Amino acid sequence: MYVRDTIAAIATPLGNGGIGIVRVSGPQAEQIGQVVFTGPGIVGGGGFESHRLFYGRLRHPADGRQLDEGMAVLMRAPRSYTREDVLELHCHGGYYLIRTVLEACIAAGARLAEPGEFTRRAFLNGRIDLVQAESVMDLIASRAERSLQLAHAQREGHLSRAFFAMKEPLLEALALVEAHVDFPEDEVDPTVFAVVEQQIALVLSRVEQLLSSFSTGRVLRDGVSALLLGRPNVGKSSLLNALSGTDRAIVSDLPGTTRDLIEETISLDGLPVKVIDAAGIRSHHTDCIEEEGVRRALDKVAEADLVLLLLDGTTEQHDELPALTAGLGAVPYLLVVTKADLPQRINLSLLTAPLGVCHVSSRNRAGIDHLSRLIYDYFVQTNRLSSDESAVISSVRHRDILLRVLQSLHDFTDSAAQGLPPELLALDLRAALSALGEITGETSTDDLLDVIFSSFCIGK
Amino acid sequence: MHSYETTYEVIVVGAGHAGCEAALAAARMGCRTLLLNMSLDGMAVMSCNPSIGGLAKGHLVREIDALGGEMAKNIDATGIQFRVLNTRKGPAVRAGRAQADKQLYRLRMKRILEQQANLHVKQGEVTALYLEGDELRGVDTRSGIRFLGRTVVLTTGTFMRGLIHIGLINYSGGRAGDLPSVGLSDQLKGLGFEVGRLKTGTPARLDGRTIDFSRLEAQYSDDPPVPFSFSTERITMPQVPCYIAYTNPRTHEIIRSGLDRSPLYAGVIEGIGPRYCPSIEDKVVRFPDKERHQTFIEPEGLDTVEYYPSGMSTSLPIDIQIAFYRSMAGLEQVEIMRPAYGIEYDYVNPVQLHATLETKLIANLFHAGQINGTSGYEEAAGQGILAGINAALKVLGRQPIMLGRHESYIGVMVDDLVTLGTKEPYRMFTSRAEYRLLLREDNADIRLREIGYRVGLVDEATYAGFCHKRQQIQEELGRVRATRLSLDDDQRQWCSRYGCSDLQKGTSFEHLLRRPEIGYEQLQEIDPQVVGLNAAVREQVEIQVKYQGYIERQLEQIERMRKQEEARIPADMEYRAIPGLTSEVREKLERFRPDTLGQAARIQGVTPAAVAILAVVLKGKGEQCSEP
Ligand SMILES: Cc1cc2nc3c(=O)[nH]c(=O)nc-3n(C[C@H](O)[C@H](O)[C@H](O)COP(=O)(O)OP(=O)(O)OC[C@H]3O[C@@H](n4cnc5c(N)ncnc54)[C@H](O)[C@@H]3O)c2cc1C
Repeated sequence: MYVRDTIAAIATPLGNGGIGIVRVSGPQAEQIGQVVFTGPGIVGGGGFESHRLFYGRLRHPADGRQLDEGMAVLMRAPRSYTREDVLELHCHGGYYLIRTVLEACIAAGARLAEPGEFTRRAFLNGRIDLVQAESVMDLIASRAERSLQLAHAQREGHLSRAFFAMKEPLLEALALVEAHVDFPEDEVDPTVFAVVEQQIALVLSRVEQLLSSFSTGRVLRDGVSALLLGRPNVGKSSLLNALSGTDRAIVSDLPGTTRDLIEETISLDGLPVKVIDAAGIRSHHTDCIEEEGVRRALDKVAEADLVLLLLDGTTEQHDELPALTAGLGAVPYLLVVTKADLPQRINLSLLTAPLGVCHVSSRNRAGIDHLSRLIYDYFVQTNRLSSDESAVISSVRHRDILLRVLQSLHDFTDSAAQGLPPELLALDLRAALSALGEITGETSTDDLLDVIFSSFCIGK
Repeated sequence: MHSYETTYEVIVVGAGHAGCEAALAAARMGCRTLLLNMSLDGMAVMSCNPSIGGLAKGHLVREIDALGGEMAKNIDATGIQFRVLNTRKGPAVRAGRAQADKQLYRLRMKRILEQQANLHVKQGEVTALYLEGDELRGVDTRSGIRFLGRTVVLTTGTFMRGLIHIGLINYSGGRAGDLPSVGLSDQLKGLGFEVGRLKTGTPARLDGRTIDFSRLEAQYSDDPPVPFSFSTERITMPQVPCYIAYTNPRTHEIIRSGLDRSPLYAGVIEGIGPRYCPSIEDKVVRFPDKERHQTFIEPEGLDTVEYYPSGMSTSLPIDIQIAFYRSMAGLEQVEIMRPAYGIEYDYVNPVQLHATLETKLIANLFHAGQINGTSGYEEAAGQGILAGINAALKVLGRQPIMLGRHESYIGVMVDDLVTLGTKEPYRMFTSRAEYRLLLREDNADIRLREIGYRVGLVDEATYAGFCHKRQQIQEELGRVRATRLSLDDDQRQWCSRYGCSDLQKGTSFEHLLRRPEIGYEQLQEIDPQVVGLNAAVREQVEIQVKYQGYIERQLEQIERMRKQEEARIPADMEYRAIPGLTSEVREKLERFRPDTLGQAARIQGVTPAAVAILAVVLKGKGEQCSEP
């Protein structure tokens, strides 16, 4: 909390379009700047000059790969927002890119900031006053609540299960080591160390596997995706604009990999959702517009995490519906009835969808918030996020944690190979557990003693 | 009630291991002190095992010594077997353990107490605190004397409403052969203290004349025995062995056959017993696959035939006890001199304490030892000295001391108690200390002497000796950093002898010492200066050099937490007025009323977000120490 380490976070709201800023604050800020940023003005000119914007290249410290061209500015303490050394890295605004830059800073030694931590530091260092601080408190509270909800939602999920699954063998390993330390006269068999090492090797491979799934994961790269499906003029483009409009701006408009499709990544409460508009789907044969369009759109369905099935509320006939829903197969969909601002002629009895029905008007924005909420809830609360082992919202945090676990376990393996005594091995195991604890909850001494006393007959 | 003529500054109730340290500390700090005990023949009694020390407990003993306490000196003077445990592991988890001659231990402590200036030792059972309004004024005793005092330290051990169990037979007692303390805990409850019930037990005492020691494996003392106290030069007591015996499947069968008459299994005992100190019936039930359990048969003294079979505590009925002890190899003919028993007693929830061990409910009242839910002589003594010091400081109008988790096991223990409370008897383990590598037996003086001196417990001569040692350590550290390998022929040979021919000219001796294969032992062959070094200095330098990386890592963590630990929360903090706290967190904070932000953070259920909010509020109130 008063930790004087160096923190990093994305400073621009997600979906701010053109430019993204990663902010780093703390004693290592300059050093991190040197690692992730190279520019002619810096290399030749002997480092960062305070409060001056430098142009250069951002790169990842792990493999030296270049990420983007960008700008960097270092604001030396106390003339900065937090009154600590603050580094800002400006890059292009794509969600994936910003996050990679953030990851680079973490790899270079920063810690992912907690919600509101910059402001908190600013306050604690006397930069802002109590009135401002009170709003900070609310901020911290509401953010914390949200992340708590999120944590809750993810608890059942695949990813957190993976974390919990790692905690158990780690705790057992630690218990074995600790029992060996604290009960030298009880009959704790020293050969247990072979077991410990095996267990750690197992966890290690699991961590590595998870990490590799992170870096290759489609979801990490692109966010989750929702496909807009419906016949032409049903209002797909307007809906896309409405969804991404005003408070939810476009994050990036990557040109679609398939020329037919238009994609935009929007941010729903911090959750990046790639919305794919099948508007480009046309057939030149007017007589079979529907058929051909539907067929080609359905090809894309398999790639989507969620389908928004659009129906025009002003028309009565919806012959396309059975074909569409049949084609969707197992892919979950929301029914969206468009043009709610106009007189509705649609037969409501037709409309049942397992995930719900939503009436919207892209013109007066009626129902748009509700739809956003439905989409968000679908991804967050049904644990869809976790289902392919790479949650989106906190993935940087997860990755950060996994990297720390990995480091500690490597330390452990090295120490064990050198034949270091158990109290030093315990240090590494504790570090790994405490990193995991950010997801699984802290491991208390009592938890540890529980494992020790239930595994060994100990005590006089 | 007859009011006694003297008004004391510190009254200590109970002369167990906590009470003795508390009384000595207060008296040595110059306070007019009274020590009351149920019986003057029963002071500093070792109720259970005849030994002091062990992992984490030995650490506590050394800390008590560094602060200026008596326990280490007392065991050094009366110990009859000394061993250092974990010699094959690193220095942080090495610990001394000594068998005591129980009677000598108690008698020496009694003599020290009797000779202490400012200290009155009197027999008397305290039945109530004497309060005027909310203000503590003294204590009332069963014999009708009221002693007036400005502060009171309660160290009642296992005595409050003590209930002894042997099989399904039970009777009141504070310890086998002693009366219970009745009345006091009811009054405490009435005053708002949360009084709970805990349970512990002790094995039978066996007649050594009926044990066939030739069939048991003997375990001898280290030679030379290593003392506990930094002031003890040499152990002069004769050293005797312990013996190792084992249970067998038949023993287990006998034990199982008596379970229906075990008060624990029959549900007669309501108190919670310690998991780490299970009775033999517990072990047999919980680990049915284990074919034998080990026991150390420990002498209770030089002048007695009584032996203590460790790990064999039980509350099974006497016929079962006799049968199962006799089923063990070497014990076939054994006679039981004192039966094993379990005991239930009242304790007071330690979350109602400040980290000074003063209660949050009643000013000037301190609790120390088993009354706080701990178990063990060393745990009791560690709290005793802290409570004694703080009671005295209060009388003297000085700031209390609080020991941090980063500087002592005493600090870890007290912090655990006041922030987490305890549901089972709390015992110290090294795994409870997150800064374990820093909290070593060997550096207890470096960690705590200064504090002991500052409060007035460590005398000038001892302190001067300590300062000298500390300075020598600094000098030697400087010297090994500055001295470098010249790699002349001698040194070249030396390097190849110890498998470090890769070393280059100019390598510092500090660097050499960091290698696992090199210690002062080896270094002295090429470094004539080593011979003149004091052994304790050598040890410190070697440890500090070898573990520097780890030590620095832990120091860094401490530095990070420092602000949080130092941020004090005012006693009248209005948690209800703070926006953003969930009701669960608010309730926790109201109940525990933590003294510092660090304590708040360790209370279970208080989230990091809540701690952040608190920090902001504290800063806003300007209650916090200034920012860098
Ligand atoms: C049966 C038994 C088994 C135990 N087993 C273990 C074990 O396995 N491991 C372990 O670590 N520890 C064990 N202990 C605990 C160990 O003895 C205590 O933890 C330690 O002695 C506590 O020290 P203390 O100073 O708090 O209290 P005690 O040593 O119990 O001393 C309390 C003193 O206070 C006096 N006193 C109490 N009430 C009053 C009063 N109202 N007025 C005046 N004087 C009073 C008593 O006479 C006594 O001298 C056991 C204790 C018992 C009795």
